[in-house]
Amino acid sequence: MHKPRLQLQTSFDIAHLQFLDKQGQATQPLPDFATPDWLTYCLRQMQLARMVDDRAVKLQRTGRLGTYPSTLGQEAIGIATGNALMAEDIYCPYYRETGAFLERGVLIEEILANWGGDERGQNFQHPRKDLPICVPIATQMLHAAGVAFALKYRHQQSNQPLQVAVASSGEGATSKGDFYEAMNLAGVWKLPMVFVVNNNQWAISVSRIAQTATQTIAQKAIAAGIPALQVDGNDIVAVAWAVRDAMQRARSGEGPALIEALSYRLCDHTTADDASRYRSAQELEQAWQWEPIKRLDSYLRAQDLWSDAKQQDMERELAQVMESALNNWESRTPEPATAIFDHLYAQLPAAFYEQYDQLRDEQAGAERE
Amino acid sequence: MSEQAQTAQEHRPITLVEAVTQALAYALKNDPEVVVFGQDIGANGGVFRATDGLQKTFGADRVLDTPLAETMIAGIAVGMATQGLKPVAEFQFMGFIYPGLDHILSHAARMRNRTRGRLSCPIVYRAPYGGGIHAPEHHSESTEALFAHIPGLRVVVPSSPARAYGLLLAAIADPDPVLFLEPKRIYRAARQPVPDNGEALPLDSAFVLREGTDLTLIAWGASVKETLAAADLLASHGIEAEVIDPATLKPLDIHSIIDSLEKTRRCVVVHEAARFGGLGAEIAAQIQEYAFDLLDAPVQRVTGYDTVMPYYQLENTYLPGVERILAGARAALDYVRDPGREGGQ
Ligand SMILES: Cc1ncc(C[n+]2csc(CCOP(=O)(O)OP(=O)(O)O)c2C)c(N)n1
Repeated sequence: MHKPRLQLQTSFDIAHLQFLDKQGQATQPLPDFATPDWLTYCLRQMQLARMVDDRAVKLQRTGRLGTYPSTLGQEAIGIATGNALMAEDIYCPYYRETGAFLERGVLIEEILANWGGDERGQNFQHPRKDLPICVPIATQMLHAAGVAFALKYRHQQSNQPLQVAVASSGEGATSKGDFYEAMNLAGVWKLPMVFVVNNNQWAISVSRIAQTATQTIAQKAIAAGIPALQVDGNDIVAVAWAVRDAMQRARSGEGPALIEALSYRLCDHTTADDASRYRSAQELEQAWQWEPIKRLDSYLRAQDLWSDAKQQDMERELAQVMESALNNWESRTPEPATAIFDHLYAQLPAAFYEQYDQLRDEQAGAERE
Repeated sequence: MSEQAQTAQEHRPITLVEAVTQALAYALKNDPEVVVFGQDIGANGGVFRATDGLQKTFGADRVLDTPLAETMIAGIAVGMATQGLKPVAEFQFMGFIYPGLDHILSHAARMRNRTRGRLSCPIVYRAPYGGGIHAPEHHSESTEALFAHIPGLRVVVPSSPARAYGLLLAAIADPDPVLFLEPKRIYRAARQPVPDNGEALPLDSAFVLREGTDLTLIAWGASVKETLAAADLLASHGIEAEVIDPATLKPLDIHSIIDSLEKTRRCVVVHEAARFGGLGAEIAAQIQEYAFDLLDAPVQRVTGYDTVMPYYQLENTYLPGVERILAGARAALDYVRDPGREGGQ
């Protein structure tokens, strides 16, 4: 059969970035920002995230919290990402981001309140303009594109420094149209935004291979005409470098980028899930050997920057932080039932008064009984 | 299987979610055109285990895990159905159907009409729905009215294991698209023996769950539970309530409701969905259109509030419970027409 002569129209490569290997040894000189202070701070924050997760799962098991999505194994991605944002940048997270929330200044008691079924949990005290936790998959990426447009618009109007919008997601989310649509627009409009995909290999029971036929998630950005990088997501230095670099470029007007952070979900999908139904114990056991905290810990010890004594001090300190957050959470007074009307509209329309009164009276009746 | 073992199997009481599995297995076994797909329905057996074991039995080319994309799930069902397959698609939660709405509304529901009957969409879109299980945000939606509003769709909600089995088989056999909403709060609340005999229950017909002469209570899905409990309490006070489960919410069997009103003349509609534009409004409107003269009292609605379904701490104050249903019943029963207006000037 006749074969047409083909001419190469385009080609692409996807680079992979790592500074600390699986044993925690440097594979190349660390970047300047990775000072001893910064590294030990990251170690602390990752351990705090892990502690919050651990307590949240236990609270769920004893019926005091609802369904909770642990970030176990992904601490490096969350902490590095949150750490790379400036206070004025806007974070548009998905739900598995306890680590990044801590970096953004979200209080542990707010995180507990949210998963404990209290809507006040999403009214973050600190990052007032960040978007709340997003449960429907991938929708936050389009919101982030809108946020990025607004940031660019404001910048052009006022000559204030350009701020950046950051959207996070899992790899499963990259199967959705919203993801492609957001990337496409971000590319065309050169929006100041960064996509960080937490590729933890599993979207509930669907493995990465069953989710997409691409070799990498990063290459999905090629079709949108935006730069992409794959990083070792268990190496906090690599994630931090990639996010900082992408933020820097976005901030200087060079447009969006996608970062695929390779990691592994060491926990069940949520406390409502049982991962042993669909993945092998052997795979899980292997993944534990590459987890991010041990990796950084090994590196720091090899540099004489960390020791058992320092670790014990830190654990004591973190335990206190956790206890006081738990106390704050537990001492919150419950929200009154009528609060379900309080934020529906800027001002409750008169047509709602009857329902409001009915609920208030029912509550008063229930409390008398 | 010995006859005895078979009988034992048929009499093993099963839950609503197991009845769904049983119906899917029956359909897969007896109709090679049936394919079942959705997120996490294969190895994991679905997040509520509604498809537990099906992939093992029927293979990964009839029970398919899809990538995470509802637009795709809703859309491929349309394409499959036009070629004679009978897709049964699972949305993981009702709150995640919305990306698929374009395909359901713009295509599945009108393919037959658009092609003057040349092509059709015999699809079943399944989803767990409703609140009351302490789930995170978006996992407790009851937006059945949104779908009932779409011309060309059927909306079916079972309220017991037997009805889940029979109605799901009917939905799969039905030549048109059906939105099959499974009340997850009662997925495991009760058991009953459901013979696996492939017998479908009729769509578009209401079920009278309890007979009575004083009051008609209408409810579907999980709210049937509280409604029956309210009827029991009323009975202990000498009031006999008839309880009707429309089961198919669109098209609605208004005739069974009117037949009941001929006896009772008073009616309460219960649903956990928001009140405004909810199906209680449709039922009340149809009753007054067709049976205004039968009514001794305005139709009462006992519903969720017109608010966002709250996170779980306030979920129970949102969901209509027995107390609120009883208050609705009292309002219907105590209503007396203003005599001053009777025989007016
Ligand atoms: C639109 C939508 N569909 C389905 C779900 C249910 N769901 C919640 S998390 C999840 C898997 C997400 O996987 P991934 O994007 O890889 O993130 P991960 O949870 O693994 O971090 C699914 C299917 C949802 N929340 N939203």
